[in-house]
Amino acid sequence: MKKNWYDNLWIVSLIYLLLGFFNILFAWAGLFCFFIPLVVSVAGGGKIYCNRYCGRGQLFALFGGRFGLSRKKNPPKFLKSRWFRYGFLIFFFTMFFLMLWNTWLVFAGARELRQVVKLLWTFKLPWHWAYHAASVKPWVAQFAFGFYSVMLTSTVLGFITMLLFKPRSWCVYCPIGTMTQLICKAKCGKM
Amino acid sequence: MAVFSKSKRKAQVSLRDCVACGCCVKACPMAAIRIVKGVFAEVDATKCVGCGRCVKECPAAVVAIAEVPA
Ligand code: SF4
Ligand code: SF4
Ligand code: SF4
Repeated sequence: MKKNWYDNLWIVSLIYLLLGFFNILFAWAGLFCFFIPLVVSVAGGGKIYCNRYCGRGQLFALFGGRFGLSRKKNPPKFLKSRWFRYGFLIFFFTMFFLMLWNTWLVFAGARELRQVVKLLWTFKLPWHWAYHAASVKPWVAQFAFGFYSVMLTSTVLGFITMLLFKPRSWCVYCPIGTMTQLICKAKCGKM
Repeated sequence: MAVFSKSKRKAQVSLRDCVACGCCVKACPMAAIRIVKGVFAEVDATKCVGCGRCVKECPAAVVAIAEVPA
């Protein structure tokens, strides 16, 4: 099969994750892979982002498929059930808004900047070494820490389900994928 | 491919549970699948040779190979 330039976007995803280890402020760039798929779906592009351009999906396909790190088993039924997919979407966004709220608190001066990356919404990993301070406002850094936490957490979850089930199992419950599909469903009245 | 095209085994997608991720599209050697409007995958039965690669790839396990009358 012919390779297209967009088949290499996994490199971008990988670099993104690595950059976060050196300078947390790069986390901001992740907003692109949040908004681009949504805007594309709203604009009538369907799920072309998932189908073609998503580097994260490609990364799982590469590690799970080509590198053979996946058991390639079917996922348990609940994973693809609506309540789980929509439930995870709601949970994900609740946590996302909490993160925005924390950013706001730092912005408003009600709270100090916390130089941690929170993994799986629970484990606080010290991450101060990726913060070179002073040049930016504390809330800008706080958002970066928060957003990177979201990205790293979803990568870890995706990696675990990649190992256990099919390479791109994450795509079954990925909140962005669920949301773009919902937008597409709404657009053609298939709710 | 002439040998395969006689096969009456075709991929079928359970539309209700398809997450439209497109893994099957990438896996299909016959370019027989497309994602319709970002909602579900559709198999073109005239192109499908029933090889089952899409079944192996689908992370939601919603594709199956079924015998269909020729
Ligand atoms: S479902 Fe999520 S991870 Fe998978 S291709 Fe779509 S946006 Fe990327
Ligand atoms: S791989 Fe499975 S879930 Fe994904 S689009 Fe194809 S049939 Fe649907
Ligand atoms: S069974 Fe093979 S030819 Fe048919 S849709 Fe699936 S991958 Fe394509």
